[in-house]
Amino acid sequence: MAHLLELEDVQTHIALKDGVIRAVDHVSLTIDPGETVGIVGESGSGKSMTALSIMRLLPRAGRIAGGAIKFKGRDLAELSEDEMESVRGTEIAMIFQDPMTSLNPVYRSGWQVGEPLRIHRHMDRGASIEAAIDLFKKVGIPDARRRVTQFPHQFSGGMRQRAMIAMGLSTGPSLLIADEPTTALDVTIQAQILELLRNLNRDYGTATILITHNLGVVAGMCDRVAVMYAGRVVEQGTTDDVFEHPEHPYTWSLLRSIPRLDAEAHEPLKPIAGSPPDMLHLPEGCTFRPRCPFAIDRCGVEEPELEPVRSQLSRCWVTQAGRSLDGAS
Amino acid sequence: MTAYILRRLLLMVPVAFLVTVGVFMLIHLSPGDPALIMLGEDRTPDAIATIHKQLGLDQPLYVQYLIWLGHIVHGDWGRSITTHEPVAQAITERLPATLELGSVALIWSLLVAIPLGTIAAVRRGSLTDQIATGITVAGVSIPNFFIGIVLIFVLSVTLRLFPFGGYVPLTTDPLESLRHVALPAIALGTAGAAINMRFTRSSMIEVLNLDYIRTARAKGASWRRVVFVHALKNALIPVVTIVGLQIGGIIEGAVVTETVFTWPGVGRLAVESIFNRDYTVIQGIVLIAAFSYMVANLLVDLVYGWLDPRISYS
Amino acid sequence: MSNAPAIVAAQTPIRRTPVAVVELLRTHRRVTAAALLVALLFAIALLSPVISPHDPLATNPDNSYQPPLSPGHVLGTDELGRDLFSRVLWGARVSLPVAFVAVAVGLVVGGLIGLVSGYAGGVVDLLLMRLMDALLAFPALILAIAIVAGLGPGIRNAMIAIGIVAVPVYARLVRAVVLQLKQMEFVVATRSLGASPMRLLLAHIVPNLLNPVIVQVSLSAGFAILAEATLSFLGLGAQVPTPDWGQMISVGAAFLTNDPWLAIVPGAAISVTVYAFNLLGDSLRDALDPRLRS
Repeated sequence: MAHLLELEDVQTHIALKDGVIRAVDHVSLTIDPGETVGIVGESGSGKSMTALSIMRLLPRAGRIAGGAIKFKGRDLAELSEDEMESVRGTEIAMIFQDPMTSLNPVYRSGWQVGEPLRIHRHMDRGASIEAAIDLFKKVGIPDARRRVTQFPHQFSGGMRQRAMIAMGLSTGPSLLIADEPTTALDVTIQAQILELLRNLNRDYGTATILITHNLGVVAGMCDRVAVMYAGRVVEQGTTDDVFEHPEHPYTWSLLRSIPRLDAEAHEPLKPIAGSPPDMLHLPEGCTFRPRCPFAIDRCGVEEPELEPVRSQLSRCWVTQAGRSLDGAS
Repeated sequence: MTAYILRRLLLMVPVAFLVTVGVFMLIHLSPGDPALIMLGEDRTPDAIATIHKQLGLDQPLYVQYLIWLGHIVHGDWGRSITTHEPVAQAITERLPATLELGSVALIWSLLVAIPLGTIAAVRRGSLTDQIATGITVAGVSIPNFFIGIVLIFVLSVTLRLFPFGGYVPLTTDPLESLRHVALPAIALGTAGAAINMRFTRSSMIEVLNLDYIRTARAKGASWRRVVFVHALKNALIPVVTIVGLQIGGIIEGAVVTETVFTWPGVGRLAVESIFNRDYTVIQGIVLIAAFSYMVANLLVDLVYGWLDPRISYS
Repeated sequence: MSNAPAIVAAQTPIRRTPVAVVELLRTHRRVTAAALLVALLFAIALLSPVISPHDPLATNPDNSYQPPLSPGHVLGTDELGRDLFSRVLWGARVSLPVAFVAVAVGLVVGGLIGLVSGYAGGVVDLLLMRLMDALLAFPALILAIAIVAGLGPGIRNAMIAIGIVAVPVYARLVRAVVLQLKQMEFVVATRSLGASPMRLLLAHIVPNLLNPVIVQVSLSAGFAILAEATLSFLGLGAQVPTPDWGQMISVGAAFLTNDPWLAIVPGAAISVTVYAFNLLGDSLRDALDPRLRS
């Protein structure tokens, strides 16, 4: 089966006053139709920049410096701005982290949710609002006919995120990118929004890229997962494999830093030592080496490639050499 | 909403009181005796005393103030010391000319400011932006009477494109009226255009960095649609404040421009009255200027609520 | 994230050292250019008696209406044969002192009102602030004109009028800083120890006020020059034969058809002067306001 989206060696650079940041550094990734893929990492790891590169919505200082973003046979990186506008909101939709600030405060919610239909399907305003009412019902916003006439500030956070999802789904896109869709929400609301995303994926077969720093979210949602660190993918595989036996020390540390119900009593929670890397001054060799409990001499000299290790891919000299990550302190 | 307006009006009362005291004190600060001005040559002590009695000047100051305030509230603004015309009438006669000048100036300033401010914001840092920013600082630095004089020299005296001065009421001949108002309106509106452009630019830059702009882009909205539909309405909310203050300040700007263009409005009346020491007229004009300024402030707040649905007047 | 430095800057008393001033001039080219222009204008005002080629008041009816670039008269002569270049140079001697005095009046009176209002609070604050509101309820130029109308025309009364217009601006500025300081921890701590925080406030108020006041002084100097020129243009400020820019334009406007430079030269002088002060205020605000730094 052909991939729906295929990132090939994508590099995104951000020019700052003090130098150029390689926000996305040689990232390769595929998403198949109907699949849900997670991208995990700390803030600044390049996961959002990867998503914005796909959407071609990088900040002013950012640009795609190399690689290809193949979507349904076309390279998005090569499209003109006009062509890209006909992809955004129709073929690929994106929802953002903070539903409080992601909706326009001066327009009614129905007007905003129906807008993609007016732009891409040339619907008139009345029809688009009717469509918005249907979409509100699909995403579980009660009293939809009244709700479309309200402004975003009259919605709760969860309702706003539902409205954002409704907006994303309005044109029936084949790919939905959700960038930290639950981070700004209460825990109970988080579960509802994730449930909604899961159902929509099941019912409409929309492929989803879920960007999150929360491994728990990935475990419940994603078929496959890519772990990013300092702009690079450091580990990639099926969610089951990666969670069962992480093959990169960063993933291993992440898994140890979250509380698990099935954890054995003698396994204490361990925060990851050290701080996220300074993107302008990355260390020699492996970028995770300064924080890595498994580091060997080679890690400080040479940067490993993303190579097969057991059933997944990992960017680590230790696991590539066949050693396991158990039992370290 | 009604409660909000009432509360705002109530808050205006002490300020309004102080404003009327200030305006009233104008006469008593002034060095000249109105009786002497009115009498001209035949100033006998008896005649002066009679006029003092007529004007109530023999009463204690606070009584004079209360009597004066009573008259003002009842629409009796006194009579001009020089022409003996009722002040209220003298002002209302001159008001249409000033309002036409002020409105055309405001429209001109917005027509210049909003597109230029938006372009400067969208292309910030570019040469266009730098030139536009330079012009805004220059626009507020050149006195409007000087702009008026240069316009007269270039467009009226040298190129003969526009008539110099002369007011034609809009109701008499709309086209001719606009031809006559063009130069004074440009002179009056330039400083406002510079200020409005600056506000539009900075407000637009702020809005374009907000999350919902990215949302709109993610929907596939064109850059033009994002700027003009999604950003502009938000960006103009703060601009409304400054425009409201400009509406309130129409009489202020008109004082100078009307003098340059011999425009028969309230501003020129003010200047004439100062030279004639016609304090009742000056009082009336200052009072009108201050109150229209205060009312404009209130209206700005109300329009704010209409533009920005997040604000509720509870 | 970008808000964090602004908050820090607002909470920490600012200490400005000469080194910081040098650094400011070095790194912000707009500030440097504006400061140089303002310095040049002050130099002209100071040196005009020395550098003027002619007596600005010396009339010479036989030599009137000379166009610019005439022999002996770079900018020509006016309707009474007075040297325009000398008159424009001397005009700086009228405009800049007016601006200086008016801004000083506004700063001292307004600053005291703001200090008292912010420190005392309560009824005193309420009354003083309503008074300031009342002053602000008048459009600035109308207020200045009304005051001059009351006091009578003349350069001294124009200074007073423009100064009064500036009073509420500084009163509010100083009051806001005092209120902000009063809430800061070290001030609250002093109070809870039983000490009067007045001394502490005074010690910190100057460094904290420096940035906003420098910006405001530049901007209100620009306004003051503009207002003085306007009052003089209307005949309410400097009187003939004082070589005042606004007054020169007013007279020159009558000869616009044949001798436009009589109005255009002093007009350009006012515009450049006001521009210099506005540019200084504007560039300083950009340079000193942490929120605008990128």
